[in-house]
Amino acid sequence: MSLMTWIDDRFPATKVWNEHLAQYYAPKNMNFWYFFGSLAMLVLVNQIVTGVWLAMLYKPSATEAFASVEYIMRDVDYGWLLRYLHSTGASAFFVVVYLHMFRGLIYGSYRKPRELLWIIGVLIYVAMMATAFFGYLLPWGQMSYWGAQVIVNLFAAFPFGIGEPLSIWIRGDYVISDATLNRFFALHFLLPFVLAALVFVHIVALHKVGSNNPDGIEIKKVKDENGIPKDGIPFHPYYTVKDTVGLGVFLIFFLGIVFFAPDFGGLFLEPPNFEPANPLKTPEHIAPVWYFTPFYAMLRAVPPIAGSAFPGVLVMFGAIVVLFFVPWLDRSPVKSIRYKSGIFKAAIAIFAVTFVVLAWLGLQPSTPLYTLMAQVFTGLYFAFFLLMPIYSKLGSTKPVPERVTA
Amino acid sequence: MRRLLVGLAFALTPLTGMTAGGPAVELESANIDLTDHASIQRGAKYVVNYCMGCHSTQYVRYKQMTKVGLTEDEIEDNMMFADGKKVGDLMTIAMPEEDSAKWFGAAPPDLTLTARIKPGGADWIYTYMKGFYTDPSRPLGVNNTVFANVGMPHVLWDLQGIQDPVYRFEVSEDGHTVEAFDTEAEAAAFIDQQGNPDYKMERVVDRLELVQPGSLTAAEYDQVARDIATYLTYLSEPVKVERQRIGVWVMLFLVVFTVLAYLMKKEWWKDVH
Repeated sequence: MSLMTWIDDRFPATKVWNEHLAQYYAPKNMNFWYFFGSLAMLVLVNQIVTGVWLAMLYKPSATEAFASVEYIMRDVDYGWLLRYLHSTGASAFFVVVYLHMFRGLIYGSYRKPRELLWIIGVLIYVAMMATAFFGYLLPWGQMSYWGAQVIVNLFAAFPFGIGEPLSIWIRGDYVISDATLNRFFALHFLLPFVLAALVFVHIVALHKVGSNNPDGIEIKKVKDENGIPKDGIPFHPYYTVKDTVGLGVFLIFFLGIVFFAPDFGGLFLEPPNFEPANPLKTPEHIAPVWYFTPFYAMLRAVPPIAGSAFPGVLVMFGAIVVLFFVPWLDRSPVKSIRYKSGIFKAAIAIFAVTFVVLAWLGLQPSTPLYTLMAQVFTGLYFAFFLLMPIYSKLGSTKPVPERVTA
Repeated sequence: MRRLLVGLAFALTPLTGMTAGGPAVELESANIDLTDHASIQRGAKYVVNYCMGCHSTQYVRYKQMTKVGLTEDEIEDNMMFADGKKVGDLMTIAMPEEDSAKWFGAAPPDLTLTARIKPGGADWIYTYMKGFYTDPSRPLGVNNTVFANVGMPHVLWDLQGIQDPVYRFEVSEDGHTVEAFDTEAEAAAFIDQQGNPDYKMERVVDRLELVQPGSLTAAEYDQVARDIATYLTYLSEPVKVERQRIGVWVMLFLVVFTVLAYLMKKEWWKDVH
């Protein structure tokens, strides 16, 4: 009796290997947009591994946090590498996830039967944002402190008298303080494991329905005599070896930034964050890290109504909540952008520009012109989703082929 | 709440001054070389002697200087003046922050990360060290071109000498400069003549003139400012040169890895049509 049989009698190792890798049939026409899912998983692993090591050396205390980060950067052997891998990894995570989500949008990967897969994905995105937000306080620099102050104060805008107590409950204090830092550290350590669990569920859901592809057609509809999709190839070795190429290209960019431009021009590590948190000194210009700026721009775009900033907060959270409904907003008869109407193609192009412009606006100080622009682009952002049930039915679509195209 | 915060940020702007947004003044290029250990050592000498009475560099250990060619004995003899300190200690200072805050209005900031905080980094430090000029309206009699209303004296004045400002008078409308004049009278006459109520006059430092030479020539002092900029940039991230050196090998490895992975992918995918 071989060792493998012994194990398989007790744990379905070979079964899992076959079902999810060696005999999991993926469409053979998946293009470079399909690299970003596996890359996101890689970056998550990088964040967890470097994060655990950083946690061994970091001190979550208002008096020691900043100095302990500098201790890691200077006195710990290769501590600087751990820290830069982690700080660059945070930004890289959002880059690959934004591209992964955009892939879903253009190829209709959220359409039936992948609605739950998409919803789990949006939950992952929300968990990522929470993790990143908690983590950004930990270096205890000026931007850490004031960024957290601004975001927690959003909750204070909730009406009916629950705002103030809610924000105090979140902070554990009347201002961002040592108590806040301690709990944010605990949550920053916990959430990645929630994230990992959600990723697991995301993959279980994916393997139930099968991968979508750039043609947006179901390969399971055309099977050979053995019940194997004619347009499918085993994930392993075909996509493992292909993803390895994607990994190499990604690492050239990622480690290029880690080793040659870890600040990334002040976008990944903001210069004011090299100054220790000072509750008595408000920075001239508080900007969140780039991956939050589209939402920050939308928050600032909405003027206070009757002295309450709550409408802005609603718009900002609404911009994320609307993502959950995408599977039911798209009424086009076809899934993929390749066969969709010109109107839909234009809508996606405008949306992509809108997201980038909002991200840029969120980094700028407010001026009347920028606020006006933010209002226009916030409108476009929501129009893309809320008008989708209408424009997705308009225009003429192209005929969808039976089999995947090259 | 948001309005309150924004209001607060605006209210505090004059106090926080030029920290994040950056000065309008053009910075001079410091042209530093982080592999020039002699420059880092000279910079260390100036910073220890002239700056560290008030400014700490508390995230660095004295021992760091062994990485740029000093021995532990040299460090002890030339950089460590306080009793009871060891080379493995952090470069703190004796002056308590509460006291200095009382004496100067604000505690002199730690200098370890100045090069990463200030816009322009080394260039900012270089221009700052060269930018002190006499200004009788200030409590210490000096001001600075890149750090308006600076709270410290020109500690290197005996090396550089004393600089007087030459002002120009700018007439502006909504923040856009309309005309610039050499004298206040000319600018005032221009405003009178144009009769535009939106015109505002502002006094701007045009250039600095050395009115009392110091012990160094201008070129020698530039080198001092450059050495200080080099040293503080080194302190802000001592591993920078090493990081880039390792990075080259990492990139070379990844290029080979990616090429091999691509060839392997091509081989495996030959039978997929």
